Amino acid sequence: MSKEQVLKEIYDETMLGNGPRVIELTNQGLSEGLTPDELLFEGLIPSLEEVGARFERGDYFVPEMLIAGRAMSGALDILRPLLADTGAETVGTFLMGTVKGDVHDIGKNLVNIMLEGAGFQVIDIGVQAPPEKFIDAIKEHQPDIVGMSAFLTTTMPMFKVNIHELTKAGLRDQVIIMVGGAPVTQEYADAVGADGYASDASTAVRKAKELIAQKRALAKA
Amino acid sequence: MHTHLRSASKEVVIGHDQPFVIIGERINPTGRKKFQEQLRAGDLSQVQIDVEQQVAGGADVLDVNMGVPLTDEPELLVKAIKLVQSISDLPICIDSSVIEALEAGLGAYEGKALVNSTTGEDDRMDAILPLVKKHNAAILALANDETGIPATAKERIVVVEKIIKAIEKHSIPMEDLLIDPLAMTVGADPDAVNITLETVHLIKEKFGLNMSMGASNVSFGLPNRHAVNSAFLPMAMAAGLTSAIMDSRTAEIVASVRAADLLLGYDQWGANWITRFRQQAVNA
Repeated sequence: MSKEQVLKEIYDETMLGNGPRVIELTNQGLSEGLTPDELLFEGLIPSLEEVGARFERGDYFVPEMLIAGRAMSGALDILRPLLADTGAETVGTFLMGTVKGDVHDIGKNLVNIMLEGAGFQVIDIGVQAPPEKFIDAIKEHQPDIVGMSAFLTTTMPMFKVNIHELTKAGLRDQVIIMVGGAPVTQEYADAVGADGYASDASTAVRKAKELIAQKRALAKA
Repeated sequence: MHTHLRSASKEVVIGHDQPFVIIGERINPTGRKKFQEQLRAGDLSQVQIDVEQQVAGGADVLDVNMGVPLTDEPELLVKAIKLVQSISDLPICIDSSVIEALEAGLGAYEGKALVNSTTGEDDRMDAILPLVKKHNAAILALANDETGIPATAKERIVVVEKIIKAIEKHSIPMEDLLIDPLAMTVGADPDAVNITLETVHLIKEKFGLNMSMGASNVSFGLPNRHAVNSAFLPMAMAAGLTSAIMDSRTAEIVASVRAADLLLGYDQWGANWITRFRQQAVNA
């Protein structure tokens, strides 16, 4: 199989969520001389981008997105150590959690998939994450962005609590804060002092890239 | 075991030998931007429209949720409950996780309400159950606790046992407890509905308790959700589900629930089914 064929097949099989086949193809690609970067940026990421675009248009559904994400994760497990060796710069590190009192995780997981699909390193601290857990994870992983998810009008106020606690811990200014979840609106995100909001997984990725670019531009200026 | 819910003038009975109780879920501004803006401005006209539609669709009980961010939820909920009771005689399910809102809502309600909801978490039960007892209400309790949503039916039963102990401790009659066995999304976990059905079955067999749940969860993220929900509810009813919180505007789902009532023997000789048919023929 030519390199182009391997990449094309990785693209197609990831989109179909065929995990075992994507792992096979990733190994095959490596043995045929494709670099981890090529496999990631010319195979897996474009595939997940197409999945996201289809989802946004309503042509793809939640289970399809989940299995595509799972297929990509399998390949990433192989590629991640190799990428670390080459010292390739990641798009960014994203710390994600569902706030205290809230057990909803599907929306959060979809955003994680799309972020990974776009090349982010994602650290998921799970559901019902209290402020301390966010704080400890920020200290440990030094993320660029902290994402908070809430699915209930009654757990949304935890955004504000979390942001307050991050401020108290002296961590607020070192991270970009994004919020989301079914009842959350841009207006609400502004009211609690978040830096970004998105209404769905694909938009969240675009917004995350935008915010990081802005921050990096500011740091250089 | 019969759970009695009452408005000022009407009683609804939930039980394993009773027709399924549909709790209309639409009187809820979550995810409805325009409705939220209206409520913030003190305009409750949409509540009236939603009530009319849920009643016309065949709701037996009305869920009322006024969870609008950045508002005074207790005040809004009291207003909404008074309005709903002035235009409909159906009992109300008071839906909030804000304790002050539940307290205010129960205070304003005439009859025996269902409170939606507590979890099996100690601090939630300690705050909510005394209110339930004081107002002689019924309570819907979710089979999850501090540790999250249990992955297996057995673990959910452990939480139910904990809830039962708390109900006894607060001297609330067992028939006033409804368990939510937790309907999860089949699109995110192929085994999710099997686990829910097993939980429903076990709760019926072991405790004989009544149950209700937000049923539309199962079809989240899928195309043609109505068909999935219409298939799910009769399965859950066969396993022992006695009520669901659902949107009664969808005729397809309501019809499958009423057909399941007939098939399972809760609508003997099809009296309700045939009456529905005749009404629809007249309306057509």
